[in-house]
Amino acid sequence: MSMLRYGYVAGPLIGALWTFVMAVVACMVMSFATGEGLRPVLIPSLIFGAWLGFVWLPDGGRARSQRIAWSAGLAIFPALAFLLLQPAIVGAESTSTLTLVLAWIVFAVASAWPLEVMLRSLPFGSATRHEFEDAVIRFFTGFGYVFFTAIVAIPFYVMVMTSLKNQAELLQNPLDFSIDVSQGWGLFRSYQELFADFNFGTYLWTSFYVSVITVFLTLLFSVPGAYAVARLRFRGRKAFSRSILLIYMVPMIVLALPIYIAFSVTGLRNTIVGLVLIYPVTTIPVALYMLQGYFRGLPAEVEEAGLMDGLNRLQVIWKITLPLALPALASVSLYVFMIAWNEFLLAFMLLDDPSIFTLTRGIASLNSSEIPRQHLMAGSVIATVPIMILFLGLERFMTKGLTAGSVKG
Amino acid sequence: MTTATPPTGTGPLGKREARLAWGLLFPTIAIVSAVVILPLLAIFWISVKPIGLADLRPPAPVVREALRGSDDNLRIQYRVRNSSQQEAISGVTLTDVLPDGLEVLSSDPRCEISGTRIRCDLGDLDGGAREQIEIFVATDDEDAAEEAAEGSEPAMTGSGNNILTNFQFTGENFARVFDGNEFWTVLWVTMFYTVFGTIGALLFGLFAALLLNKEFKGQGILRGLYLFPYVAPVIAVAFAWIILFDPFSGSANALLVQMGVTSEAINFFGERPLALIMVTVFEIWRYFPLSFLFILARMQSIDTDMYEAADMDGASPFQKFWYLSVPQLLGILSVLFLLRFIWTFNKFDDIFLLTGGNAGTRTLTVNVYEQAFAVSNIGAGAAVAVVIFCCLLAFSFFFFRFISREEGL
Repeated sequence: MSMLRYGYVAGPLIGALWTFVMAVVACMVMSFATGEGLRPVLIPSLIFGAWLGFVWLPDGGRARSQRIAWSAGLAIFPALAFLLLQPAIVGAESTSTLTLVLAWIVFAVASAWPLEVMLRSLPFGSATRHEFEDAVIRFFTGFGYVFFTAIVAIPFYVMVMTSLKNQAELLQNPLDFSIDVSQGWGLFRSYQELFADFNFGTYLWTSFYVSVITVFLTLLFSVPGAYAVARLRFRGRKAFSRSILLIYMVPMIVLALPIYIAFSVTGLRNTIVGLVLIYPVTTIPVALYMLQGYFRGLPAEVEEAGLMDGLNRLQVIWKITLPLALPALASVSLYVFMIAWNEFLLAFMLLDDPSIFTLTRGIASLNSSEIPRQHLMAGSVIATVPIMILFLGLERFMTKGLTAGSVKG
Repeated sequence: MTTATPPTGTGPLGKREARLAWGLLFPTIAIVSAVVILPLLAIFWISVKPIGLADLRPPAPVVREALRGSDDNLRIQYRVRNSSQQEAISGVTLTDVLPDGLEVLSSDPRCEISGTRIRCDLGDLDGGAREQIEIFVATDDEDAAEEAAEGSEPAMTGSGNNILTNFQFTGENFARVFDGNEFWTVLWVTMFYTVFGTIGALLFGLFAALLLNKEFKGQGILRGLYLFPYVAPVIAVAFAWIILFDPFSGSANALLVQMGVTSEAINFFGERPLALIMVTVFEIWRYFPLSFLFILARMQSIDTDMYEAADMDGASPFQKFWYLSVPQLLGILSVLFLLRFIWTFNKFDDIFLLTGGNAGTRTLTVNVYEQAFAVSNIGAGAAVAVVIFCCLLAFSFFFFRFISREEGL
């Protein structure tokens, strides 16, 4: 372990790891952009990275010029790797030189520049614990950014790009996500067909108004309840707030089965009314829990002052507590809207009639072998975009609201 | 001399407050118990009954009315049949109003006619039985009579044996659920999915929170981006994953082949045990944002003084993380672990959409759906749901014991 603390050991090690990661990233980026095959090669990229990590170590005892002279001699190793084994990135037979050159440029820039930053404070010789750990942390930070961005972005990138292509193109080369801009509006063909032939306009509207009604009903029920639990003293308060939590841990599928039976018998199945009856109940416990946390945080003195001035409790709630709790109401509404918009299981089990499908149910109906995949992805994009826009616009509210109370997953 | 003693028991004000509290809570309690408690009781009821999907519609007499023949042969014909092939219906009667302008010539012995009202007593109908009643009539305007006769719907009564409400019980559902190796396989899969999904999501969430726990340009954008998997509709991202990892035309396979990792396509969601690992990875991917959000919120509320003091004492970054941050985060981490554990255990949609429970990914929740709808045995599905509910009770027992100490969140 203590061997690692020397700059000339840690530097090349970090360099090798980082450079290999960047070789993979460069290949993935170029492959996804052009559809041409590229392959990172393990050993050469490790050797190249180790060399880079050595060169980039800042002066410490030895001048950089001296070290460059040194490493010029050492440059034989990457050169040998290049000649005898393979370069760090190779193309498939059909890969064009341009793509390969571009990949190399991406690779070189992405390796060299962050490595310089990472190793800036690592001395050449023996490093203190501080200096060593700083360098390691900077390596992991850089890796983390790349890793998380990649895993989050790739599925969404695939979703959007697939929706803009056609089945034949996709089967021919699944990696080729380059789009033909010359088609103009023709690119959005699947979206057009979804709205024209598959009723997605209606689905969008159904989803929207079902979600809004759900938000409204949820607030209507949960605001008085949350206030009572947060402020009023009564026997069984603790048991009540616990049973809220308990209810919000009951799995939906357990409830869905009897609800399905009850709705089948009463004829509420396959109606929007049934859906609107059931959605708020799944969200009321969450909303109650989030709101009561917020109400507890409000100063009780303001309300007491209102009581002294002759308001009754209900007036206090309406005139004092609710205006003070507006941010919490906003975040709870947003969150409930998101749950209702994304809800899939109940819509899937309860709705059969295509004219009253919600968006998620509509997408589920696209999942058949007769309907091309780009339609499925276009439907997914249509469902994802509104909630994303809403969410990104109100992200601050959302983050606060989610962490204020507990949250359903 | 009287001594002043503090009042004991609840005073009138206290009683009023409690009354108001229950008044505010009543609507919530009413609706939640109607949609949560009743179904839960129903699940227990159904789990001991021999009931299939087809039994949801109780046996009932079905009637068809038509005016047939002409002139002398003109007759109103009622054809009655039992909707069920097995169950008998008892006390079947038919009542109808004959159209005006019809003169009844001869009637069926089972029927009484008073004025225009007709009432027939058919007695019991066996399973699959059909009966026919013919009433000969005369009229001036056959077309009008036909329209009137077929326009008015005859009313039927008769009670069949409704399996939902009778007192026939069976232990077979539970015997089926616990039968053989299948149950243990399902339980094992559930535990694997739950444990690794929870721990993975927590670790990745911690990593992401560490990355973003500093001020820099673009921090807000990255935070928004990292929340995408959680905010997007599950159906959209699940299908994006399916398409990304498709064995024939998925980009992931194409990329892996190009990079030389594998020589032939991998069927990510169709092979044991890879499919189970993939759905767990999906779970981690989808829910790391939630843990990340909570952990980040907690991190930002840690006092910075402590870190400054540690700096003065010469603590290294890793030491600061291990000796300061981790103990501070332990509370939120354990609460998150419990919550996520329960919710992952309850998860249904994700696996249902990704694999449909095939290739060794059938968890308990998927098993409910599988038994109730794929095998059409609602009783067995309910029995699995009861098992889930019992596990849940056990978990929440731990949860509440813990959370009362850890009054966080």
